[in-house]
Amino acid sequence: MSIVAAAPRRSSARLSWAFINPESLAGYALAAPGFLLLVMLFFLPVLAVFVIAATDWQFGAKTLSFVGLKNFVVLFSDPTFRTSFFNTVVYVGLVVPSTVTAGLLLALVIERSHSLRTFYRAVHFLPYMATLTAMAIAWEALLDPTIGLANQVLASVGYPAVNWLRNENTVLPVLAVIGIWQNLGFAMVLYMAGLKAIPQDLYDAADVDGADSFFDRFTTVTLPMLGPVTMFVVIVTALRAFQVFDTVKVLTQGGPGDVSEVLLYTLYVESFEFLRTGYGAAMTLVFLAIIVTLTLLQAAIVDRRVHYS
Amino acid sequence: MIREATPEGISLRSITKSFGATSVLKGVDLDIASGEFLTLLGPSGCGKSTLLRIIAGLDAQDSGSVAIEGRPIDGLRPKARNVSMVFQSYALYPHMTVAQNMALPLRMRQMRGTQRLPLIGRLMPGTSSALKSIDHEVRRTAKALEIEHLLSRKPGQLSGGQRQRVAVGRAMVRHPAVFLMDEPLSNLDAKLRVQMRAEIKDLHRRLGVTFIYVTHDQAEAMTMSDRVAVMLDGELLQVAPPQQIYADPADRWVAEFVGSPKINILEGRVQEQGVVEAAGTRFLLESSVVSASGTAVYLGIRPEAFQLAQGPECGAIEGRVRMIEHFGSDLFVHIEVAGSPDLVVARLSTVHTHQIEDDHIVHVRVASEDVLVFDEQGQRVRPQHVGAMKLRSSA
Repeated sequence: MSIVAAAPRRSSARLSWAFINPESLAGYALAAPGFLLLVMLFFLPVLAVFVIAATDWQFGAKTLSFVGLKNFVVLFSDPTFRTSFFNTVVYVGLVVPSTVTAGLLLALVIERSHSLRTFYRAVHFLPYMATLTAMAIAWEALLDPTIGLANQVLASVGYPAVNWLRNENTVLPVLAVIGIWQNLGFAMVLYMAGLKAIPQDLYDAADVDGADSFFDRFTTVTLPMLGPVTMFVVIVTALRAFQVFDTVKVLTQGGPGDVSEVLLYTLYVESFEFLRTGYGAAMTLVFLAIIVTLTLLQAAIVDRRVHYS
Repeated sequence: MIREATPEGISLRSITKSFGATSVLKGVDLDIASGEFLTLLGPSGCGKSTLLRIIAGLDAQDSGSVAIEGRPIDGLRPKARNVSMVFQSYALYPHMTVAQNMALPLRMRQMRGTQRLPLIGRLMPGTSSALKSIDHEVRRTAKALEIEHLLSRKPGQLSGGQRQRVAVGRAMVRHPAVFLMDEPLSNLDAKLRVQMRAEIKDLHRRLGVTFIYVTHDQAEAMTMSDRVAVMLDGELLQVAPPQQIYADPADRWVAEFVGSPKINILEGRVQEQGVVEAAGTRFLLESSVVSASGTAVYLGIRPEAFQLAQGPECGAIEGRVRMIEHFGSDLFVHIEVAGSPDLVVARLSTVHTHQIEDDHIVHVRVASEDVLVFDEQGQRVRPQHVGAMKLRSSA
């Protein structure tokens, strides 16, 4: 940049050849392996999904024919897909508000206690770092109808045992609880950072202005100043909640019936168990549309994070 | 010099404060008269902001007591103290409009918790009349500060000077007995600072309430204050009107901190009663200052106390001109003097422009009453007929 600025003006003809000077060639050579991998593993597969979604291809089949938008027509009238979509929305609706609220409360409590702050932060952040498949097995043991800790606790206070993962009333809430447990630490860490970034001056001003009770300080300073962080946490948690899969695959396989069918699991079953690859690709595109929308929303919000200053 | 305790003002009694092992305030006694403009002046880290926060109730002192109008306020929460504060960062609530920022102190005082709830609050009895009177008061204050047109904007859309005014407005709106200001002008550019200085001074005159103003900027302290309290390392060195701080400093450090360019300090030695030898010259001082001959002293001479001498004479300093700064109204002549590690700065009239040249020898003299004498510890040694004065608050 500075070299260009410092150099005397050159003709545009010479400038257009600048991209093959030795320095830029080295740059292209160094970037090439990463670029190729990105093309092979990301851009081409995404392109393939778009193409396959317009065919009736079945995995392993020698022939295929283009069917246009038929897969999408079938998809939107498919009761399994509808149930799956509805369940996913319910799941997200359970996970996001609870995670955000609990994460904020946890951050406030931990931020107030001076000792063991790092310890509590690590403890609550661990589930977010752990492999969810392994954690799901641990949860399965806890929720086991006969030997699980949950039912033993219930029994000790005189309540009947519940088959948590086989009861159609409890299965989705239980999955949501696991989702909350997993994402809580992430929300908490973001909120702790957000709390740290609030200038002490604002709290001092609130004290002098008379907003000095916990509730008044919270509504006058804390909550509004956490607005941008909250938007970010909501979107990221929603993104992760939409992608729920591991727990469903390990714990319920969509059951009982289709009560815990969720988008990613249905997609998996259609594509890799029923081998309806074309149909699965169409479903993938719908899923992709949801995720991309949320991501764009997040990017827009991150851009506006400075809107207070 | 220390005023009698005024029952209607603010009195601080042996305030101490430590943060961990660091002692920030070492027993501060100060009485501030009602309606006075008092400035706490000192370098950063001298404890002036901490003292202000203790008066505000944002920090608690370790020992000592604060009273406003004869009433001890120790342990009272800030909102119960009838003080308001303007912060260096202005501390405006960024999500609220200017009007909402200014209304907040009134809402918190005049409306019950239930009335302040969003939506439901409107249904509570008395809410609308309270809101109306608050709105009226906010508009009146905004008008006085000429920020009416900004009321619907948010702080992010305002310039530094406008934010400053809003912060003052938020402090003013509930008519406090005491205004506390913590370096309120330091985030403004130089030109605006001079303008706001005059505005704050004018505000003080109009409101007639007590202002306690913290700054590290001597120009602010000198131009605005009724009295200046100079602080260093958690102690008050001198509390006096600005002109006295300048002309009659109690301490070498005060003399050096106040005044621009800085006061010249010459190392000297008492030769006999009333005669001090410094920078190769014998100074005949106005009165018998230090008894024992041979005692080391420091002579403080303000740059403007020098006058051009025509040649060597008693009490005139000889030196070589190292730099001449022409300010239009004055000449600042930097002179290298034997026996002084620092250049001596003399502020001379421009009529001498043609008499002084770079790298030439000049002689400057000073009247004996313009020489301030400090002992080795930096304490002022005053002419004896004035009488000894209390120097350090801790002494």
